[in-house]
Amino acid sequence: MLLALIRRFGQMIFVMFGISILVFLIFFATPGADPASRIAGRNASPETIEAVRKSFGFDQPIWVQYYIMMKKLFITQDLTSFVNRGWKVIPAVIDTIPVTLSLVIGAAVLWVIFGMLFGILAAATRGSIIDKLLIAFGLVGCAMPVYWLGEVMNLFSQSRYHDTWLFSWVPPLGYKPLSEDPEGWFLTLIIPWITLAILYIGLYGRVLRANLIEAMQEDYIRTARAKGLSETRVLLRHALRTSLISFVTLFGLDFGALVGGAALLTEVVFGLQGVGKLTYDALQNLDLPVIMTTVIYASFFVVLANALVDVVYILLDPRVRSA
Amino acid sequence: MACLAIFCLIAVLCLLAPAYVSFANTDPFRASLDATVEINGVEVPVMEESTEGLALGYTPIGPTWQLGNYFLGADNQGRDVMARLLYGGLNSLLISGAATIITMVLATAIGLTAGFFGGMTDTILSRILDVLWAFPVYLLAISLSIVLIAQGIDLGIIVVEAGSLWLPIFIIAIVYIPYIARPIRGQVLALRRSEFVLAAIGLGVPEHRILLRDILPNVSTTLIVFTPLMLAINMLTESALSFLSIGVQPPDASWGTIIQDGQGLLYTRPMVALAPGLAIALTVLVLNILGDGVRDALDPRSKIKLGGD
Repeated sequence: MLLALIRRFGQMIFVMFGISILVFLIFFATPGADPASRIAGRNASPETIEAVRKSFGFDQPIWVQYYIMMKKLFITQDLTSFVNRGWKVIPAVIDTIPVTLSLVIGAAVLWVIFGMLFGILAAATRGSIIDKLLIAFGLVGCAMPVYWLGEVMNLFSQSRYHDTWLFSWVPPLGYKPLSEDPEGWFLTLIIPWITLAILYIGLYGRVLRANLIEAMQEDYIRTARAKGLSETRVLLRHALRTSLISFVTLFGLDFGALVGGAALLTEVVFGLQGVGKLTYDALQNLDLPVIMTTVIYASFFVVLANALVDVVYILLDPRVRSA
Repeated sequence: MACLAIFCLIAVLCLLAPAYVSFANTDPFRASLDATVEINGVEVPVMEESTEGLALGYTPIGPTWQLGNYFLGADNQGRDVMARLLYGGLNSLLISGAATIITMVLATAIGLTAGFFGGMTDTILSRILDVLWAFPVYLLAISLSIVLIAQGIDLGIIVVEAGSLWLPIFIIAIVYIPYIARPIRGQVLALRRSEFVLAAIGLGVPEHRILLRDILPNVSTTLIVFTPLMLAINMLTESALSFLSIGVQPPDASWGTIIQDGQGLLYTRPMVALAPGLAIALTVLVLNILGDGVRDALDPRSKIKLGGD
């Protein structure tokens, strides 16, 4: 058990190390990508580029640059931006985390609740009109680009129907901190939450439905029925439990990725200054320290979420527990 | 089958883009701010002086619903949205199609090599895939795009110019390799131990022959099942990158870039952003249903049906 944990931890560290090298190589060693000429601007003279290269330390060997960046990132934690020199990166990233967490956790609550309802309802009424409608909704939800859905939501709630009773409560785009204005926080985030969740409700509902239907053909379900348990109890207590495994796996991956910056498109459309938006802004002017920090932070979340999923497996499935 | 027909219809419509442009007599890649258009016998400027809001600047003409005559209106540069929509669809389909082919080929090569030869080769390849897998797709795609889009690739032999359609194709193809390569590798691992492969090895059949004649046909089902789903995912990724202006570069169009063009006009001329989004949603929807159908037809283990077909 302990050995397995240590191995999992080692794997985690390895993957994070690999990602940090990969990101570093993409930005510093891609053929044609010269950060110095990027920073110096479009029409800079060769002397200016040379001066920039020296002052930012791009003339040193690549592994020295990597070492210095990692040291500043993890040990001294005083990494500063290349664009606004003196602007500390790590506090900036920490400032954006609550925004992204608010967005993703709220959406996750919605999509887990409604995804489960969707899956159970569709599986229980398999083949009926309700099932077909739910599947159609799920397929459409998965097919819409999330940023476009966000724009449509904005169009209705901010412009077209903003003055009707339906959307008059919607505040202007932006983020209000939970600690200062809980009501404003909630109201500004409702529409982003729904937008982000719609995609996942469809996906999770369909996956859960398929797994439930598959589980209902297992032997232990026949046993449960033979014991005389009601159909509801068989579905909810026996079939649902094992069906949740792929649900949880997906959730771990998606949640990790979203917190790590995959919610970028939603943040851009709704003007929420989260981690994804910060990464995006930094990418626009190739602010390498910011990108390195957010991407490493992101991979940390993804890797951590994967590890957590493995633990939840053991809790959900008795067969894994004994193995 | 209806879905396949709809998909083919969308593809054919996009292929007809040049015909539509010559029919409508408009240039979808050049700004035409002072053009006029005749609607029901009345001459109207394409860029009307703005009367809404602060009444500053110009508002492009709205949808006329007359084919070949600014059917969906004009964008902020006075270009016919319908013409751009068709050309954009062509690019979107081209990029997602080419990226799907490249992903499939590379992922199959990696999966076969790692699964069949095992040992050190497998360890190295699998670790690389692990790292790529843990990297959020959009962040990786965005990182690669930002570096490559403005500068292109110059590897000496392979030179891709900045702004070329090949850049988004390569980027999207690379990003999704682990999603295909990992399942293929798993299947090959199992096949490697199966009796017919062991028999072939025992008979002294050369390795490349075993790979091509015994193993590849057995994983081809997986590849076929993944193809429509991959197309759908690639289409969404391409549009997202183009929306963030790091995919298809102007004046070229794709559905993502048109949505971005429409963002500034969202409250006055919503059709510019609505139409390409609907086009993406419809295409992805039919591809997903098609993918479910293909899987149900080809995969004997999945007896249940996921989608309504």
